[in-house]
Amino acid sequence: MDKRKCKETLLGGLIKNNPTFVLVLGTCPTIAMTTSLFQAFAMGVATTFVLIFSNLFVSLLRNLIPDKVRIPCYIVIISTFVIIVQMVMQKFMPDLYDTMKAFIALIVVNCIILARAESFASCNKPLYSMLDGVSIGLGFTGALCLIGIVRELLAGGAFAGMKIPGFPAMDSVGASAFGFIVFGCMMALFNFVLQKISEKKEKIRHSVLPLEAVTGSKEVAR
Amino acid sequence: MTASILSVMFMAVVSDNIVLSQYQGICPFLGVSKKISSAAGMGFAVIFVMAVSAVFTWLVYNYVLVPLELSYLYTMAFILVIASLVQITEMIVKRYSPTLYSALGVYLPLITTNCAILGTANSAVVFKSYAFLETFAVSVATGVGFLFAIILLACVRLKTDRADIPKCFKGFPITLVTAAIMAMAFAGFAGILA
Repeated sequence: MDKRKCKETLLGGLIKNNPTFVLVLGTCPTIAMTTSLFQAFAMGVATTFVLIFSNLFVSLLRNLIPDKVRIPCYIVIISTFVIIVQMVMQKFMPDLYDTMKAFIALIVVNCIILARAESFASCNKPLYSMLDGVSIGLGFTGALCLIGIVRELLAGGAFAGMKIPGFPAMDSVGASAFGFIVFGCMMALFNFVLQKISEKKEKIRHSVLPLEAVTGSKEVAR
Repeated sequence: MTASILSVMFMAVVSDNIVLSQYQGICPFLGVSKKISSAAGMGFAVIFVMAVSAVFTWLVYNYVLVPLELSYLYTMAFILVIASLVQITEMIVKRYSPTLYSALGVYLPLITTNCAILGTANSAVVFKSYAFLETFAVSVATGVGFLFAIILLACVRLKTDRADIPKCFKGFPITLVTAAIMAMAFAGFAGILA
């Protein structure tokens, strides 16, 4: 077991391969299921569960599945876990299931899950594939929760279901387009921060050079 | 009866638009809207697959799953029906109409993971349990709504891609903001039939 690869896999999905902001996959639940923090969290957890187990089983069966029919095989594996999620939610959280059922069923065609099965789980060992599922799932849940917090605050004037007194709330017409605009602005913010970080890294790399070289080049540049 | 079908169809195209007010099928909506020609190709492919899959999922649900008391398996059954339909369609189109294949061919495999197809089948056949003709009509209208939205977005993107905007907004973020403004405009249709 390689510690470095474990760490890389586990941290990769949070920032560098963030499924929502960097890979831009699974956008439908990101917009539809983030009207409140609680709903966003529930959607993230349900997707993470399916992702971890579908990655595990795709990875375990990767040498048995013939290459030509791999996509239908993955779909069968994924939909098995989606049906499990549907049944568990229907039994224990019927109210929540009723508001979310359309998008719980659509986890089957969430492109994050199929993309991870195809690009990671089908060519990696089961342990790494599960770690990748955990990491991508956490990145997805985190992004959904962030968008959920912003949208709940702006559209309902509340945080996690609690009303903030005196906070101006928008009406429902404004809220219908809100998913797109908040998602777009958050993605722009994420890009902006990443750009700043990479610029800073570039600067540090330059300053490692001998002092005269740096000052000299700066003079020339000016 | 016919009036109600017509109003449901009209709503499916504008005020209940699949992309802009039900938030389904956003991946192809963002991904394949760079050029008007490819947007149109994707839109027509979606209409076709949506209509055919509505017919088959309705038959599978009402004549196979319900009699066998397996209706909880609808998610798995529908996605397999859709995936195989897409495959068969691709093969038939490739064999009999190479020109159509060159226009639609590349978009067909992508449609399997378009959640608008599965979402429409789920909602029309299972959640709302429409009759056969209603299911077909609503699915076609939903597909037309998708075509409408993706072509409009492609037209706007021709402008926004050339506009001088902040670097961090380039690409997807500005497209999402554009889609938000379109969604507001489409929401304005909601009052017509209510």
